[in-house]
Amino acid sequence: MFKYQFDWTVVTSGQYAEWLLSGIKVTFELSLLSIVLSFFLGLLIAVMRMSHIAPIRWLAHGYLEFFRNTPLLVQIFFWYFGSYKILPKAFNDWLNNTNFEFAAAVIALTIYTSAFIAEDIRSGVRSIPKEQMEAARSSGFSYLRSMQYIILPQAIRLTIPPLINQFLNLTKNSSLAMTIGVMELTYQARQVESYTFKGFEAFTAATLIYVVISLIITGLVTLYSKKILSPMKAH
Amino acid sequence: MIKFQGVHKWFKKLHVLNDVNLHVSPGEVLVICGPSGSGKSTLIRTINKLEPIDKGTLIIDGMDLSDPKTDINKLRAEIGFVFQQFNLYPHLSVLKNITLAPIKIRGLSRKDAEDVAMSLLERVGLADKVHSYPTQLSGGQQQRVAIARALAMKPKIMLFDEPTSALDPEMIGEVLLVMQNLASSGMTMIVVTHEMGFASEVSHRVAFMDYGIILEEAKPDEFFKNPKHDRAKQFLKEILSPMH
Ligand SMILES: Nc1ncnc2c1ncn2[C@@H]1O[C@H](COP(=O)(O)OP(=O)(O)OP(=O)(O)O)[C@@H](O)[C@H]1O
Ligand SMILES: [Mg+2]
Repeated sequence: MFKYQFDWTVVTSGQYAEWLLSGIKVTFELSLLSIVLSFFLGLLIAVMRMSHIAPIRWLAHGYLEFFRNTPLLVQIFFWYFGSYKILPKAFNDWLNNTNFEFAAAVIALTIYTSAFIAEDIRSGVRSIPKEQMEAARSSGFSYLRSMQYIILPQAIRLTIPPLINQFLNLTKNSSLAMTIGVMELTYQARQVESYTFKGFEAFTAATLIYVVISLIITGLVTLYSKKILSPMKAH
Repeated sequence: MIKFQGVHKWFKKLHVLNDVNLHVSPGEVLVICGPSGSGKSTLIRTINKLEPIDKGTLIIDGMDLSDPKTDINKLRAEIGFVFQQFNLYPHLSVLKNITLAPIKIRGLSRKDAEDVAMSLLERVGLADKVHSYPTQLSGGQQQRVAIARALAMKPKIMLFDEPTSALDPEMIGEVLLVMQNLASSGMTMIVVTHEMGFASEVSHRVAFMDYGIILEEAKPDEFFKNPKHDRAKQFLKEILSPMH
């Protein structure tokens, strides 16, 4: 047995702390951007999945099955290594000029998570009594407008707990972005470890930071649903 | 204003509307009654195409419902529908429940829509509930808001499907009073109800239905004093008996 010397200063001050800090920033940006995008994409897929037009429904169904059932890591590698072969050149050029690793990670996390979010929203819609749709339609709203103003706002309120779950999964999954060189929190913790050999401190710090980030995201979504969305009690 | 000509409808094998012929003129109040399962809800729901018909013609305000050129959303905006279970939007305040369709469909400004909503809420006696949410209201209050919501679209026709059946007895009167005032303002109304007091005092005509067939159509005093059909006699006996 060797004796391990704890040294917490590597993660609380100096250059290594700065690395971790910049990792936190990237993890936050990656997560929040992907959360917002995956929510709206999931909403779109959910609506397509419930369309009266069969080909649109099939398309959404195929999307869901495909992206829910392939490993996220493979999808990340696909967008990073494989996407330039299928994407239009202009888009690739634009990606190359931005932060390509970051963009590939956002695309992969967004698409992967949107498939789960779409299913959650769809089951939220299913639990809204059909009379709500009838009331909306009989006022003269089209199907899509009824969805927009009456059904989805209620369904999303009911879907908040599973949505928070998906957002937290996304945040944790964002650590996989290190595999394509996104310098997020896990990547930076790894860096600190390889420079200092203080792996215990570095990963303990990273773990705690993930917990804090998760709590912040849960708090933000809960606050939003309580304060901004108007109250709705159970039917 | 509303014209059914040889209308039929089936739910699979169930012949739920059987050769319905019915005519409602502007300003007329028609009550439809009949035993449970006789097709009253289905009949009233065909008028705004919540239920499509399988055979016959149905002409509303000069528009043929089976004509593919008829814009159903536009027609529905002209027809107010009041449900047995109110069906207010639980995520919106009373004010927003009433102003949503006028703003989004009629294109009213928020201010104009809110003015209309306020005067309607005064008319149904709920001006103080403007910022409440549906779940905070009693059944009778919710139903009055639902009526105000329908009226905010300035409809030409109002349809009511058992508007008081889900209410506690002490709340029925307040809703019927609102409907009575509406009738005397000249609104064209079709009301499915078992409230025979409303039928005899407010309506101009009563239609009695059973098995999807309109068995009898008469002025209310005629219908109550001298029902012709045996099924109607039986129905009235059951519904007016003090044991009921
Ligand atoms: N969507 C549907 N699918 C199949 N059958 C239906 C459907 N809606 C109604 N029915 C059936 O059609 C018949 C007529 O129903 P409807 O609701 O019109 O009757 P009602 O006269 O309004 O009865 P109540 O007084 O109970 O409201 C009933 O036998 C009912 O079970
Ligand atoms: Mg009914």
